[in-house]
Amino acid sequence: MKWNIKDAEHWSWKKYPEGALILEGGNAAYYKTGGWRTDKPAWDEEKCTQCLICWISCPDSSIIVKDEKWDSFDYDHCKGCGICAKVCPVDAISMHPEGGEE
Amino acid sequence: MAIRVAYTGNGACAQAMRQVEPHMVAAYPITPQTEVVEEFAKFVADGKVKTKFLPVESEHSAMSACIGGVAAGGRVMTTTASQGLAYMWEMLYIASGLRLPIVMGVANRALSAPINIHGDHSDTMGARDSGWVQLYCKTVQEVYDTLIQAVRIAEHDEVRLPVMVCYDGFSVSHSLMDLEVLAEEQVKGFVGRFTPRYPLLDIANPVTYGPLALYDFYFEYRRQQVEAMATAERAVREIAEEYASLSGRRYSAVEAYRLDNAEVALVSLGSTASTIEYAVDRLRDEGVAAGALRIRTFRPFPKDAIREALEPLKAVAVMDRSESLSGWGGPVGIEVKAAFYETEARPLLLDVVYGLGGRDVGVDDVREVFGELKKATDAGKMSDPVYYLSLRE
Repeated sequence: MKWNIKDAEHWSWKKYPEGALILEGGNAAYYKTGGWRTDKPAWDEEKCTQCLICWISCPDSSIIVKDEKWDSFDYDHCKGCGICAKVCPVDAISMHPEGGEE
Repeated sequence: MAIRVAYTGNGACAQAMRQVEPHMVAAYPITPQTEVVEEFAKFVADGKVKTKFLPVESEHSAMSACIGGVAAGGRVMTTTASQGLAYMWEMLYIASGLRLPIVMGVANRALSAPINIHGDHSDTMGARDSGWVQLYCKTVQEVYDTLIQAVRIAEHDEVRLPVMVCYDGFSVSHSLMDLEVLAEEQVKGFVGRFTPRYPLLDIANPVTYGPLALYDFYFEYRRQQVEAMATAERAVREIAEEYASLSGRRYSAVEAYRLDNAEVALVSLGSTASTIEYAVDRLRDEGVAAGALRIRTFRPFPKDAIREALEPLKAVAVMDRSESLSGWGGPVGIEVKAAFYETEARPLLLDVVYGLGGRDVGVDDVREVFGELKKATDAGKMSDPVYYLSLRE
């Protein structure tokens, strides 16, 4: 990132870009939305066919794929919307109450 | 070379827009501004300007399109009045909050209900806290001159705020007056090329417009707008000077008329100042130490200039062409009174609400107000802080 906003909460009002503009792309990742979640997705490796429909459907880019294979959930950003579980054709993803048993 | 012609306020507004030739105009016609949209659409149809004209379906869309146009990287202008301005309401705050230099002509008109198409300041006074610079014009010439200057004020490097150029519905918008139109190259040279800041069409440098800012950051952005508005006071002054050297016509935030050695004065906005100045001349002939002050820049509010001009006077009437409905008069009167809170000396201040719904104000009406000021100076106090002029009691 060229635009360093690491200590933005300590800036003077004079330093913020006018009009509340965000001057660079890609920095939404700094904002962790995982805390919004009430239901948490879980993945069943045995059922998964690696179709990756969950990856393409996730509105928060929270399905992590490595070497063209399902790898993990990004729980820092997953809001628990459940779309991945809904679109999975083989029920390999299930939703569970946050804080409950996995 | 400049030429002299007879134009209405709306015609002058359209001429200024033609000469500025913005990238885009998005507008919706509404009385008493309709002719501006008609004339400008004709300029576009006749190929006199390269401007993209968007005949949108509402004022809410007009302002939304203007916001999108500036954010994309263009110079945009629009015009409206009354209910149209009211319909733009939420977008007004978005334009100023995003710091987008939009220039808008407003032919001032009363607000419904009851429905009324005539001139008063209810529309723009209601938008006084929307973060727009507001300039009020006295004549057709001033509408033209102010629109051209407004482009520079809005786009000033340290301002970047939208600007409303306000002129009285019918009494200016539809009145033919003498107008000096500058040469095309003079106007083009004065406004210069538009320099976009963070344009959305610059795809190599993507930016986000309109993100969420809650209790953590929202406050800081409002504070920046306060600073931009304070800077606008200087920008209005500097750009007026530059325009004076181009046109020979000099404007300032407040304009004093025969205030030297005056004891009583009327403060007003817009075209009523002409009537007041005429009455002041007659009163001076009769030996009354009368004067006048016109507030041209209402936002930012020129409190220092107002204090300086009015402090030596015995009594002042502030002419309000709208009611704040707060229970103590019109917005101009309330703000002028507030400006004197910190001063040691202050004149007696009378708030005069007048001309609502376009009710005419003539020389005799102005004389009546000066008469009230005479009564107040004789008594050493105001009998009533708000005076309703030409109202059926």
